[in-house]
Amino acid sequence: MAEAITRFVPDGSTVAMGTALEPLIPFAAGHEMIRQQRRDLELVGPISDALFDQLIGAGCVRRVTAAWVGNVSEGLGHCYRRACEQDIPRPLEVHDHTNFSISLALWAAAWNVPNLPTRTLLGSDILHTNPNLSVGFGLVHVGAVRPDVAVVHVQRADAMGRAHAWGPLGITEEAGLAADKVIVTCEELVDVDVTLSDPNRILFPETKVVAVVHEPGGAHPSPVQGYFKRDHGFYRDYAQQSRTVEGFAAWLKTWVLDVPDRTAYLKRVDTETLRIHHHQFSAPADFGDE
Amino acid sequence: MSEAYTPQELMVAVASREIRDGDLVFVGMRLPILAYAVARNAHAPSARGLFEVGLMRDQPAAGFLGTMGDPPNVAGALWATRMSNVMALMAQGHVDLGFIGGAEVDRFGNLNTSYIGDPAKPKVKLPGSGGGADIAILSRRWVTLMSHERRRLVEKVSFVTSPGHGDGTPGWRQRNGLVGGGPAAIITTLCVLRFPEQGGEAYLASVHRGHTVEEVRELTGWDLKVADHVADTPPPSGSELAAIRRFDPDGFWTRSA
Repeated sequence: MAEAITRFVPDGSTVAMGTALEPLIPFAAGHEMIRQQRRDLELVGPISDALFDQLIGAGCVRRVTAAWVGNVSEGLGHCYRRACEQDIPRPLEVHDHTNFSISLALWAAAWNVPNLPTRTLLGSDILHTNPNLSVGFGLVHVGAVRPDVAVVHVQRADAMGRAHAWGPLGITEEAGLAADKVIVTCEELVDVDVTLSDPNRILFPETKVVAVVHEPGGAHPSPVQGYFKRDHGFYRDYAQQSRTVEGFAAWLKTWVLDVPDRTAYLKRVDTETLRIHHHQFSAPADFGDE
Repeated sequence: MSEAYTPQELMVAVASREIRDGDLVFVGMRLPILAYAVARNAHAPSARGLFEVGLMRDQPAAGFLGTMGDPPNVAGALWATRMSNVMALMAQGHVDLGFIGGAEVDRFGNLNTSYIGDPAKPKVKLPGSGGGADIAILSRRWVTLMSHERRRLVEKVSFVTSPGHGDGTPGWRQRNGLVGGGPAAIITTLCVLRFPEQGGEAYLASVHRGHTVEEVRELTGWDLKVADHVADTPPPSGSELAAIRRFDPDGFWTRSA
């Protein structure tokens, strides 16, 4: 993980994360960016459940291009508030979107066009605060957003970068196609026979994927279908502790700065309670050809 | 029917009654997730729910949901997909009803979930639209749920994240290209405000038990119009309460402060 972040997420990068909304959030990758003291990142996402708030509080972020930043089950993002309202720990630029418009911004980049038209956002003041939105011919034109790198957590992937994810995907596919590079973190590193047995389930072209990191539990406290439930209490504790600058600093020390890696982090979590034990496998698809 | 219930339980029950049988409902988060579950178990057994994370369901999830993306909401789904596919259905006018949360609302149903004060230097930075503005613009009708406070029901919202009936003039939405019908109701901890069919200004339609028209007007930030005959909001029935408590067993959404 450390090597992937060092090599592919330099200071100043535009990084798409949390693209599946509440599930599959690459918290382990985000925490590694904090440990490596990344600076001047632009974060791109739809609804961000706590991860963007943590990176903002740690001073890694210059701009947020997203539909929503907070703590989904608890409400406000306290670090996001402090950055926008009081420039703590540093000023933050915000390009507001809706869930639909950030998807379109990424599809525009994926298709290599300057913008895509839509009817959403008509009548919203977001049109006045985001310079990448304009109105013409009765439609809103959503300017392309091209991440340098998309970081995704998935259930399984092979070493060649073929990632399988299931459950709702949010804006994951367009983020991967729009980005120059994709970093995949996964619960299971599997043989190519597994991924290629179901090519419909592969998220991205392998030509985009620059790193695959085997990082079980790398999405905690967010859920991973078939593997982990959401750790609601963890989000509640984070919301309470991050209310103050001091509380956030203590939280960051405990859960990010003082843990060298995800293995050490997970020793502090009751993973057995969170682990999903009742499996429901889909029927296999027959790819026979003769 | 003297059973005690919380204001949130009442709001969920009232919201569930907005769901008509056969509706495709853009469910959203928090209390509307429970409202969908209640409706589906009562008067709307053939409703379907749509979630922007990329899901369609018929049966409510069997387990507690902290978010729409929790594993119990995915198991048994009718469709697990990408967000843009779900938005496509809404853009085509296939979503009958949406739910949106908000920090501030005005008399025309415009919602603010972005900034209190100047956006360049906000007094409060709120989380943002999420899918709220998309629902407000594209769904056929929508409903918002809110705690009834003067600072929330305001004369003019400081930022229109999710447009309602705009400036309240007839035809505002059509003139501005907003394809959906706009807000139908504001459900608060005290009452239900409704909008005329053709849009415009909210009026007080019903008051919850234990509250008065005077109290509602006092706690509303504008000179609130009142229907000729203000009804009593029917309290949650025993079966509605049973359903709410089945889907929120620990009171995470409906019994915590």
